[in-house]
Amino acid sequence: MPTADPAIRLDRVSRHYTMGETSVRAVSELSLSVANNEFLALLGSSGSGKSTLLNLIAGLDRPTSGSIYAHGQNIASLNSLDLARYRSNTIGMIFQSFNLLPRMTLEENIELPLRLAEVDRAERPARVREALERVRLTHRLGHRPTELSGGEQQRVAIARALVNRPKILLADEPTGNLDSATGEAILTLLRELQSQLGMTIVMVTHERPLAEAFADRLAIMGDGRLLSSTSLKGLPQ
Amino acid sequence: MKPRDLTDLALRNLREAILRNALTTLGVAVGVASLVAMLSLGVGLQQLAAKRLSQSGLFDTILVTPKNAFRMGRPQREPDSGKPPRVLDDDARKEMEKLPNVIEVYPQVRFFTEVRFNNKPFATVVAGMPDSARNSGSFDGMQGTFFSSTTANEAVLQIEFAKELSEKTSSLIGQELVLRYAERQSLPSSATNTDPSANPQDASGGGFSVVPKELRLKIVGIVETEPAAGYGGYGNARLLMPLLTASTLRAAQVNDLRDIVRDSNAGKTTYASLSVRAKSPSQVDALETSIKKMGFNAFSLLDASKSLRTFFTVFDSLLGIFGCLALAVATLGIVNTLVMAILERRREIGVLKALGAADSDVQQLFFLEAGVMGFFGGIFGVLFGWLLGRAVTFGTNVYLARQNLNPIELSSVPWWLVVSALVFAILVSLAAGLYPASRAAKLNPVDALRYE
Repeated sequence: MPTADPAIRLDRVSRHYTMGETSVRAVSELSLSVANNEFLALLGSSGSGKSTLLNLIAGLDRPTSGSIYAHGQNIASLNSLDLARYRSNTIGMIFQSFNLLPRMTLEENIELPLRLAEVDRAERPARVREALERVRLTHRLGHRPTELSGGEQQRVAIARALVNRPKILLADEPTGNLDSATGEAILTLLRELQSQLGMTIVMVTHERPLAEAFADRLAIMGDGRLLSSTSLKGLPQ
Repeated sequence: MKPRDLTDLALRNLREAILRNALTTLGVAVGVASLVAMLSLGVGLQQLAAKRLSQSGLFDTILVTPKNAFRMGRPQREPDSGKPPRVLDDDARKEMEKLPNVIEVYPQVRFFTEVRFNNKPFATVVAGMPDSARNSGSFDGMQGTFFSSTTANEAVLQIEFAKELSEKTSSLIGQELVLRYAERQSLPSSATNTDPSANPQDASGGGFSVVPKELRLKIVGIVETEPAAGYGGYGNARLLMPLLTASTLRAAQVNDLRDIVRDSNAGKTTYASLSVRAKSPSQVDALETSIKKMGFNAFSLLDASKSLRTFFTVFDSLLGIFGCLALAVATLGIVNTLVMAILERRREIGVLKALGAADSDVQQLFFLEAGVMGFFGGIFGVLFGWLLGRAVTFGTNVYLARQNLNPIELSSVPWWLVVSALVFAILVSLAAGLYPASRAAKLNPVDALRYE
């Protein structure tokens, strides 16, 4: 359950792009707090800025202004190397299109974050196996992503995101490429892993019914701003 | 990322696009091969020239003459010291033998004479060879053998002379020829010379008479090139015999007539010239200075060897530049391959960054891939270059064999060429990887992840 100390705190964060001569305000003066172990769903129409916000929290993008605190650390002020370390140690990410490397086996895909985090070689096989066990895909260890169904691929992506034991899991439309039953199964799995491992989840989605079913809170964005934030706690799931 | 993981990933990436990367590597290999082949030919030719020159004895030998000697038909200029010039006698010879780094000091015996073979006369120049010439390399690849002893009545013929004697030169070995020469005999009033090895000129006030003599010599060998043991030495001599044997003949020599009219050295053995051999060409300069201080003229051809080295440096540089051109083209191949790889792996780079890869990880990955292509290109290039050099040598030797000439070692791949070609290939490839690697590192992960 969420605690009072926020895992993520955004303070008047803006992200502007210049496209030719016009300036696009993808995120504008947005402030938001996500509590520890909370499951937040970010909703909004296309171009509302929710993916940009997720990339800012992930440290893949930098805000034009404002501060982003993740577990007390202002990541807006980190240099490029520290930002890479932050992504490696604090953040796990899953994507709509899974983004598994097709040339690598599942085992190698899941091992990749461990390589980047310079985890000891001897320790890695056990960590990979443990991650695959959590998503119940141990039997596909040596397969390549293309030999798997969409749902299975997303489970592998989850295993890869979790293998480094991140405190924050960011999901960018994780069910967007899946049928509704599979999508539901994936979110059930995420919920289950959250309660097992204890982590904060921020999920960008279009699918309001799914968000309502699984998230602790809905944050709705429009035009780069936070339009509403609704807690679902206590509501029947 | 740790170096081992980085290497793993780089090799894996190279394997994935094996055809393209193999072709790029082949391009580097061809570039390195052309460089190695060119330079190996340059080095080989230089070694060949240096070997021939050192065999000639031109660069480790100093010719010593007295300051009043005639050279090139002109009297040498002497400084107006007032003192009479020092005589080149046995004392001087011993003094020179004691100088550091001197292998030997020997007089020259050389005379024009007639040789009879199968009762036909042949005119030629005869020269005495010091025994040290045996190991100088001048007689490598000769037909037959070198003289059996320092005083043997044996002859080695220069091949052109041998061809005059008989069409089938190899049949000459073991046969005898008759050397007819003019022996000097001192007139009764002159001092007796007791040192037959000293090529005495018996320069006595009484002069000498000249008596025709004959000596039977056994032909033991035929030499292809003209060995010239020493500056002003045996270049044109076509019949060579042991120096001691030649000395005992007391054959009349060119300078003899001059000495008749001079009477200042009565009773002493003097020499028209002495050859001083140094241990190596590098010591010739110092020795020359010492000998000049003793009051003699000293000549060496070291300057010629210096200009030869300059020539080969320029020659090698030119060959190297042509070789480098091919490598430069190969470098563009690396840049092209890696830039293509960035486009193809754009999304992958984005994923790596999202998973925690630092810019430097991505940069090193591409850098390493360039380096690996350079490394393998270098290895295969050195191998191809060596083979190319062997092929050129083989072709040349087939041609030489048809012309009845001795085979030569045209190309040479010394270890420094192997190492530097390899290092050069890797460095050039890394340089080629600089731009693609930095471009990959700077890739915006958000854009890269959006890329389809």
